Amino acid sequence: MPLDLAAPIEHAERRDPWAWLRHPLFRPVAALAILLLVDLALIPGFFHLEVKDGHLYGSLVDILNRAAPLMLAALGMTLVIATRGIDISVGAVVALSGTVAAVLIGGTMVIENGVPTYVSRIPMGYALAASIGAALLCGAWNGVLVAGLKLQPIVATLILMVAGRGLAQLFTDGQIVTVYYKPFFYLGSGYLFGLPFALYVVAFVAGLTALLVKKTALGLFIQAVGINPTAARLAGVRTATLVFSVYVFCSACAGVAGLMICSNIKSADANNAGLLLELDAILAVTLGGTQLVGGTFSLAGSLIGALIIQTLTYTIYSLGVPPEVNMVVKSIVVFLVCLAQSEQVHALFARRAKGSTA
Amino acid sequence: MTRTLTMFRAWPASPYFTSLVTVALLLALLVAGSLAYPAFFARQVFFNLLIDNAFLLVVAVGMGFVILSGGIDLSVGSVLALATMIAAWLLEVAHWPAWAVIVTVLVLGAAFGAAMGAMIHFFKLQAFIVTLAGMFLARGLCYLISIASITIDNPTFVAISRAQLPLPGGFISPGALIALAVLGAGIWLAHCTAFGRAVYAIGGNEQSASMMGLPVARTRVLVYALSGFCAALGGVLFAFYMLSGYGLHAQGTELDAIAAVVIGGTLLAGGYGYIAGALSGVLVLGAIQTLIAFDGTLSSWWTKIVIGALLFVFCVVQRVLAPRGK
Amino acid sequence: MPAANVSPAAPADPVLALSGIHKQFPGVKALSDVTLRLFPGEVHTLMGQNGAGKSTLIKVLTGVYTPDSGAILLGGAPIAPRSTQEAQSLGISTVYQEVNLCPNLSVAENIFIGRYPRRFGMIAWGAMRQQARALLAQLQVDIDVTAQLGTYPLAIQQMVAIARALNTSARVLILDEPTSSLDEAEVQLLFGVLRRLREQGMAILFVTHFLEQTYAISDRITVMRNGEVEGEYPCSELSRVALVNKMVGAAAEAAHAARTEDTQEHTSATAGPVLLRARGLARKGALAPLDLDIHQGELLGLCGLLGSGRTETARLLFGADQRDAGSVEVDGRALALTSPRDAIAAGIGFCSEDRKHEGAILALSVRENLILAMQAKAGLLRPIPLRRQQALATDYVKWLGIKTASIDTPIGSLSGGNQQKVLLARWLALEPKLMILDEPTRGIDVRAKLEIMSFVADLCRKGMAVLFISSELPEVLHWSERMLVLRDRKAGGEYARGELDDASVLDVIAGRGEQHAA
Repeated sequence: MPLDLAAPIEHAERRDPWAWLRHPLFRPVAALAILLLVDLALIPGFFHLEVKDGHLYGSLVDILNRAAPLMLAALGMTLVIATRGIDISVGAVVALSGTVAAVLIGGTMVIENGVPTYVSRIPMGYALAASIGAALLCGAWNGVLVAGLKLQPIVATLILMVAGRGLAQLFTDGQIVTVYYKPFFYLGSGYLFGLPFALYVVAFVAGLTALLVKKTALGLFIQAVGINPTAARLAGVRTATLVFSVYVFCSACAGVAGLMICSNIKSADANNAGLLLELDAILAVTLGGTQLVGGTFSLAGSLIGALIIQTLTYTIYSLGVPPEVNMVVKSIVVFLVCLAQSEQVHALFARRAKGSTA
Repeated sequence: MTRTLTMFRAWPASPYFTSLVTVALLLALLVAGSLAYPAFFARQVFFNLLIDNAFLLVVAVGMGFVILSGGIDLSVGSVLALATMIAAWLLEVAHWPAWAVIVTVLVLGAAFGAAMGAMIHFFKLQAFIVTLAGMFLARGLCYLISIASITIDNPTFVAISRAQLPLPGGFISPGALIALAVLGAGIWLAHCTAFGRAVYAIGGNEQSASMMGLPVARTRVLVYALSGFCAALGGVLFAFYMLSGYGLHAQGTELDAIAAVVIGGTLLAGGYGYIAGALSGVLVLGAIQTLIAFDGTLSSWWTKIVIGALLFVFCVVQRVLAPRGK
Repeated sequence: MPAANVSPAAPADPVLALSGIHKQFPGVKALSDVTLRLFPGEVHTLMGQNGAGKSTLIKVLTGVYTPDSGAILLGGAPIAPRSTQEAQSLGISTVYQEVNLCPNLSVAENIFIGRYPRRFGMIAWGAMRQQARALLAQLQVDIDVTAQLGTYPLAIQQMVAIARALNTSARVLILDEPTSSLDEAEVQLLFGVLRRLREQGMAILFVTHFLEQTYAISDRITVMRNGEVEGEYPCSELSRVALVNKMVGAAAEAAHAARTEDTQEHTSATAGPVLLRARGLARKGALAPLDLDIHQGELLGLCGLLGSGRTETARLLFGADQRDAGSVEVDGRALALTSPRDAIAAGIGFCSEDRKHEGAILALSVRENLILAMQAKAGLLRPIPLRRQQALATDYVKWLGIKTASIDTPIGSLSGGNQQKVLLARWLALEPKLMILDEPTRGIDVRAKLEIMSFVADLCRKGMAVLFISSELPEVLHWSERMLVLRDRKAGGEYARGELDDASVLDVIAGRGEQHAA
């Protein structure tokens, strides 16, 4: 029979009782579980939850609250990576959106009815819209460069990473802009039904994204474009539009994350806001199981990845280990995850396994 | 495919073209600056460009090699900072002699780079993620050694820092001379040695290079080792300049180096460009910064935006004129 | 190199001899008891269909694969190359279709890289340029050796690759499908070089699937089929028809018989009114202005040598590439064709010749690949319900006889023939008015070929128009009602069924003999 060397090597099929171990979410969930166990063992009162000031209070709540911006960034980054791209301008967009909001809201003190209150420079709704608008513009810029001019994603987003933060620093002249307008703080530090408001925002965005991905053809199209963009285009998929939209979405997520961070620290710091956030986001996505080469992706995995990173940071902090160790640990984790995803390593183990059974 | 088109594109697509554009841009900047600010038209201003950016030039030479080979190295800024920190610690806390410290730091930098290169090649990992993790690691190690900055008051370092070598029209620092020497060595390496040609070959078509019998693995590891070495040397020069080791040094230097290399005419895809372009790229960046400082009315934040814009223009031009068959 | 005046069948000792070579991959026997003899001063052509084992044999010779058993003797001594570098250092040089050189380096450097002439330990650029010029002069090629390789056309690049091979004192030169992307003049240039090398005593192994070229240059031919050597013949003793027969084998005769019956039915169907009208369709560097009419229910064949513009025509009609000039009308309406979506909306489907890179999305399942075009047409917000997807996929699997474990297995685990069927189904699901099939039967076994083509012919009878592109001339001749020949990226003639036979079509494609006005 004439052979087709493109045909795969056939193995004898075996029933596998351990198939659940290979479920894509297993590794990230396991990693998170291990971390939580370490916390349980080493940090007294880690799982302690109580109701204080009318809301839930405890380490877990803290972690969830702080992880919210990263979870958002990771959501956006997941779709970008799935289409074989990357967006390293996320940190700059965070700084920019926070800056726009802070500058527009500010908060000047006026005396109303004999009581000093803070009012926003322009209605908060407009400020938020402007902030998100700026983020969307950034995403459109990236999208045009990648989908339209066909620049390499890392190069295209490098430009905004350099210039975007510069823009933010320009608006604030490198100074920290403090926001005094109380209603704005609700976004980052407010509570709804006892849980941080930020979580609801994340849940909303995650839910909306999941809905779009599962209930429309978006999931299929993204996977097709990520695995084989040429074939997808020839099949009639709007590849350019899709790639463009994905970058806009990523920047939009970053914009909301920027608002959260700004609201949380009650100020906009163009120099440091979102610094290295893109690296954390990429790490979260890879931890969650999405491959950097694109294709199949997991939104849930990225959320769990973000939680792992935040839990790790918190654990290190709580254990009294100097926070600088955090960076070292993160880099080692990245190396390990990359190795785990590397085909070479799989081949190495496969050969070993074969050798041992031969 | 489009044979006539290929021939037609040969001229603007040749490596000379974008490099010459950069030199032209540099001259234009210098001329415009001199016309706008009479004080700008002084040799010392030009020498200061070299003095202030000596460390960046060295880093850009190393980055040039990496990019020519088709890769990228995002860790150079952090390795530079780590080099300053290790040097400062060895000098001030362990009281090692200056020369031993310098040699140690250079060796460590090369080893760090080689390790990353090995990971990239043998495990077929993407360069940007490995060097991104390397960036984290180096920065973290910096802070592990010391959070606060360590001032260097070793006499040798201080002497070098203060030295002003006289030149007609002004003076230049030993650091700048070292940087120029590194540039010369880099150009020689790229054009006269088998290693340099192998770098170009790998950047042009890695599969072909492998089939032609070139030592791809060894070259790739050496390229990243060279980048690490240059980052460490840049750190030494930076330590001369700032007389301190600090974890916050050189933040964003990797991006400046990449920008310098790209603006200097090297294609980010690899295989095309000249190491000499690092000089013109660094000088263009330095000139922009100096001009903005001279202006006084523009805030210095404009530097970043202008660099971003320049990077954009050069990338688009490179893309439009991209040689066929890539 | 010894200047031996060896005639093709001279009983000198072979410089390269393979005997009893076996190579097995899991589930697939790639090479079975292969014997090959290569003498100095001859051009020995290796012929066979796709999947016959030619490329596996070359990979064994060049050290990419190690044979499971058998011996390779070079100059009488046994060798076992384990890498391309090792094979090269032993004296076996290979020039591939894709010319494995570095386009960003100069011509001289490409010839000498890894083996620079040195002076005081440094590269001697002057000596290198001089020697490069001398080597190329041997091949009667005179170019600027300091220019980048990438600025030269592929034919010149191949010359450079050959010059590099000569520089390594190769004893055996293997050319693997070197003419696939060359035009006629360039092929002649290459053959001139090969003849000169042959006179100098070089042993040349030439792998190709072009019949006419084989007869133009070969001294001896080895035919492979299904991983086995069917036979070794002096070129003069093997007729074209006999060669084709040996390549395709007995199965072809049965298929031929089956096809003949099919022909009777087919000729009775008449084509309808014009569906697609292309006038002056052109793209700089790819296609000279071309006029083309396709009628409803017609099976139009498009043939010509590889590189004659067939795929370019298909891609222009589908909007995969942008045209520089001309117009395309479907059902009287002009199409902009800025992207494949325009063509799809107008009812055109396209199966690319590069199944792996432009057709199948390997990691996705059979079902997902099958409904992809349909979903793309329906748009983002109207997802096809899963049940409908499953029903559709199951139907097509049954209808086309696709062998797959389930509709959810990744398409990458299917064989080539079955992958092609899934891709065909992808377009059929859209019920197109015109199907463009570019090499739909490449790399597929004979039975699957027959199944696919019968199916396509059946659809033609039901009213679908088909533009059928293939480099297998008997196939095109047999199935097409009308045939368009392309030569050198422009129209070369139009022929109705029966006007050409296996021999005359070769003449037309090669540009000899009388032609009809285009």
